[in-house]
Amino acid sequence: MGRIGWLRVVSPLLLVVLWEATARLLDSRMLPPASAVFQALGQEIVAGTLPRDLAITLGRVAAAFTLSMVLGSALGLAMGRWRAVDHFFESWLTILLNVPAVVLIVLLYIWFGLNEPAAIAAVALNKLPATAVTIREGRRAIDRDLSEMAESFRVTRWRTLRHVVLPQLSPYVFAAARNGLSLIWKIVLVVELLGRSSGVGFRIQVYFQLFDVTSLLAYTLAFILVMQGFEWSVMQPLERHANRWRR
Amino acid sequence: MLSVQITRKRFAQRDVLGPLGFTLGTGEILAIVGPSGCGKSTLLRIVGGLDPDYDGTLTWNDGRVPRIGTVFQAPRLLPWRTVRQNLDLVTPSGRDAGDALLHTLGLWPVRDAFAATLSVGMARRLAIARAFAIEPDLVLLDEPFVSLDEAMAAQARQVLLDAGRHRSLSALLVTHDLVEAAALADRILLLSGSPARLIRALVVPPEQRRAGGGAALELAGTIRQALGDHFREGA
Repeated sequence: MGRIGWLRVVSPLLLVVLWEATARLLDSRMLPPASAVFQALGQEIVAGTLPRDLAITLGRVAAAFTLSMVLGSALGLAMGRWRAVDHFFESWLTILLNVPAVVLIVLLYIWFGLNEPAAIAAVALNKLPATAVTIREGRRAIDRDLSEMAESFRVTRWRTLRHVVLPQLSPYVFAAARNGLSLIWKIVLVVELLGRSSGVGFRIQVYFQLFDVTSLLAYTLAFILVMQGFEWSVMQPLERHANRWRR
Repeated sequence: MLSVQITRKRFAQRDVLGPLGFTLGTGEILAIVGPSGCGKSTLLRIVGGLDPDYDGTLTWNDGRVPRIGTVFQAPRLLPWRTVRQNLDLVTPSGRDAGDALLHTLGLWPVRDAFAATLSVGMARRLAIARAFAIEPDLVLLDEPFVSLDEAMAAQARQVLLDAGRHRSLSALLVTHDLVEAAALADRILLLSGSPARLIRALVVPPEQRRAGGGAALELAGTIRQALGDHFREGA
């Protein structure tokens, strides 16, 4: 932490203090103070409902994330590699990119019913085009001289992919993963709110109807903390590892 | 080991090579000298099997393509791998040959440094080490010794000569430096400007071969004189 590193610690604390002060000043049901939200958070954790809903939602996030990354990457690689594939799928992606998330969710629920596969497919489909476009750019940026070098030394296909191609793709994969997570966890809540009877999104709908802003914020807060924790504990170390050779 | 007959090679609707024919004997070092941009690199790509799009034939004498190590004009290293890992990529079976080369070429102290951190000269030496680490039957060298200081260039040239001494190694050395060609090669092919054609093939007298230093300078002078204006720019 440098000379200004402390700002990063102080700023979220300041936000909490501001929140607490404003809420106490207003003294309204619409904006409970931070202390009340933290208390509710504690109670929900102890009661076990919040961990269970959180786990269910995270499971859906993981499934949709994996699905969209795998399919989106495969499509993006193919589009970056072959012009014909690119031309063929370009219009599909454009359409998919421009369909509002909610429309896609509602349509899939109507067509396939209010079930888990429809929910996860809806989320994955929302994220897939952006992933494909990002990975396509990555594939296009592959240094042909290095591929040629590997070919000339008769490096096997698998080793070339692993040691020559993937390291060049990694910045694009990280960009797609990071954007993907931030998009997906938001869409998962909408999917849950519209058609699932479990998960954080479902809870938020319940508390919305009960006008229970405290619990609503408690759930939101828990979710933000978990996702940020994932960013710090998994994404950033992975990215640091992939970039350790950069000067 | 190899006989090359190229009738024509086009690139972007322009003739860049040929007609051009030559042979390369087993254990021979053949220098190809010509002005910059005359298609020498293209010729190496064709011999290396990286460019199948040409009119002509490439005949390997014993019917199979030998083990080829290439030093490209740019080092073409993997910056995210260490010096040693760059060698590991091409020599999955063992490190002995690579380690010896790292010592010879002064790269041993930086063996665990990422290739991204190497100086230009070090990167070039690593590229040379990589080509020889696979214990090739044939090396294709594309201006391999430029941007090396004189001591290191001498060391790197010695790698080529030593490898040739210990076992049968053939080499195609592309260069625009006539002195270098004279110091290393058994035979020198002089190419014209684009499209590259053979102007003259010179056999280095056996007693002057691979002599390095002063003898080469003298020989280069003789060649240059014989050629007149052809290589004033390149050499």
